[in-house]
Amino acid sequence: MTELSGWAFTAVAVLGVLSVAAGIAVFVVDSMARATFALLASFLAVAGVLLALDLVYLAVVTALMMTIEMAVMAVFMIMFMMNPAGLMPMTMVHNAKGSAVIGAATFVVLAVGIWTIDWPTRNPPRPDDSTRQLGEAIMGSHMLVMLVIGISLFATILAGTVLATARGRYDRFGPDLDADRPDDPVPGGFRR
Amino acid sequence: MPEQTLAEAWGLAPAVLGVVAVGLILGLVVAAVDRAVVVGGTVGTVAAPLRDGARLLFEQRRTTLAPDRLLWRLGCAAVPTLALLSLAVVPVGGRTLWSTSADLVWFNAMEALLWAAVWLVGWGPNAVHALTGGYRFLAQGLAYELPLMFALITAGLAAGSLRTTDVVTAQEGLWFVVTMPVAFVVFVASAAAFAFWGPFTAPAGPDIAGGVTSELSGVDRLLVDLGRAVFLGAAAAMATALFLGGDAGPWLPGPVWFLLKTFAVVTALVWVGRRVPVLRPDRTVEIGWMVLVPMTLLQALVVAVLVLNGFYA
Repeated sequence: MTELSGWAFTAVAVLGVLSVAAGIAVFVVDSMARATFALLASFLAVAGVLLALDLVYLAVVTALMMTIEMAVMAVFMIMFMMNPAGLMPMTMVHNAKGSAVIGAATFVVLAVGIWTIDWPTRNPPRPDDSTRQLGEAIMGSHMLVMLVIGISLFATILAGTVLATARGRYDRFGPDLDADRPDDPVPGGFRR
Repeated sequence: MPEQTLAEAWGLAPAVLGVVAVGLILGLVVAAVDRAVVVGGTVGTVAAPLRDGARLLFEQRRTTLAPDRLLWRLGCAAVPTLALLSLAVVPVGGRTLWSTSADLVWFNAMEALLWAAVWLVGWGPNAVHALTGGYRFLAQGLAYELPLMFALITAGLAAGSLRTTDVVTAQEGLWFVVTMPVAFVVFVASAAAFAFWGPFTAPAGPDIAGGVTSELSGVDRLLVDLGRAVFLGAAAAMATALFLGGDAGPWLPGPVWFLLKTFAVVTALVWVGRRVPVLRPDRTVEIGWMVLVPMTLLQALVVAVLVLNGFYA
């Protein structure tokens, strides 16, 4: 904490406030697009905080992944939403009471954790290259965790897509799965 | 190779101005070469994009019924800004504006943000053709994002660093294009897809009345078109740095070689791109997933094996 220069400290504080404000905006605005991009703004502010802390790789990869995530969310919007394209106002809040309880509980758990954990106080020498250090951790001691997370995320994406499409392989290849060409509503691609 | 960044060498403000100037020149080069290939080169070829730009600057803005003005303006302004930001890590003349240990990821992140920005440009006007174009671009971007990522990372893999100046240094013996031609071609093609230019122009295609660009006028159109041209130029410069040895070359000074090679990449890109018909996303994004992704993965595997054998050492 004391290591931070005045400039970095200000940046972290301002960006932190910005990220919370943008996070609140997600629930205040009344359009899917604005909610999506308010969330993206919040994540970009977090990326800015990481950048101010000199964790360039984490910062850039946060910006990268969250942007792609928001774009993919727009794709999912078409798949799931009744009104994916319209600018008609719609509420961004569902199950308000339940969400409030979950949100408050999560906040309490995290806050208690942050203030009660015995954080290391020694100042280890800063690595020359935090990117390399991170890479070695991910590909070494933390590989199992990363693999599990990666596969879970991938499974979630597949499950989401399977849920989103009403058509299965029997619709495409017939009851005996013996059609030469799949019967798809959108032509094109391979084998059509 | 100087370890200094441009910002450290020149001071922040002159360095930023310098990179912006290089970006605008690259954009002008792309626009001029494009015009020369399409309608033939004349004396006015270079002046024409400038003239069009000046006209757009004074054109009155059209608007639509109930647009999402905030997001629309934001998207239009973001396109050129992100194109210029992606240029910040391209080592023009051996130096980048700012240098981090994750330059390649930075370039990729700017591209992803560009992706979101173009969708905003399509969403903003509350018009059907623009929105259709925006969603086409989303699908196209999704298909070409991964191949592009793998192509970028292949160069980083061979150099053992995500820093672009290190990648250039690692090519002193042999240009990366020799051992990773697939990554080179995929990188350039995906960059064209992200600028929805040439064969990838379907998001702004005439079949949907101009798509994402259909409702743009005046300054907004200038910003988006400028951003596309600058991004294509920046991508050509990046391809030069990652695969064509950057500023290496005999006799001439480094920056001159760099600009010559970039110019050659731009010319080749425009010359080939303008001769390929527009690829329909519904027919071709599947090729992105089924052909390009495995091909770039194989390319990365080949390079990884070469790295393990000490080929690049």
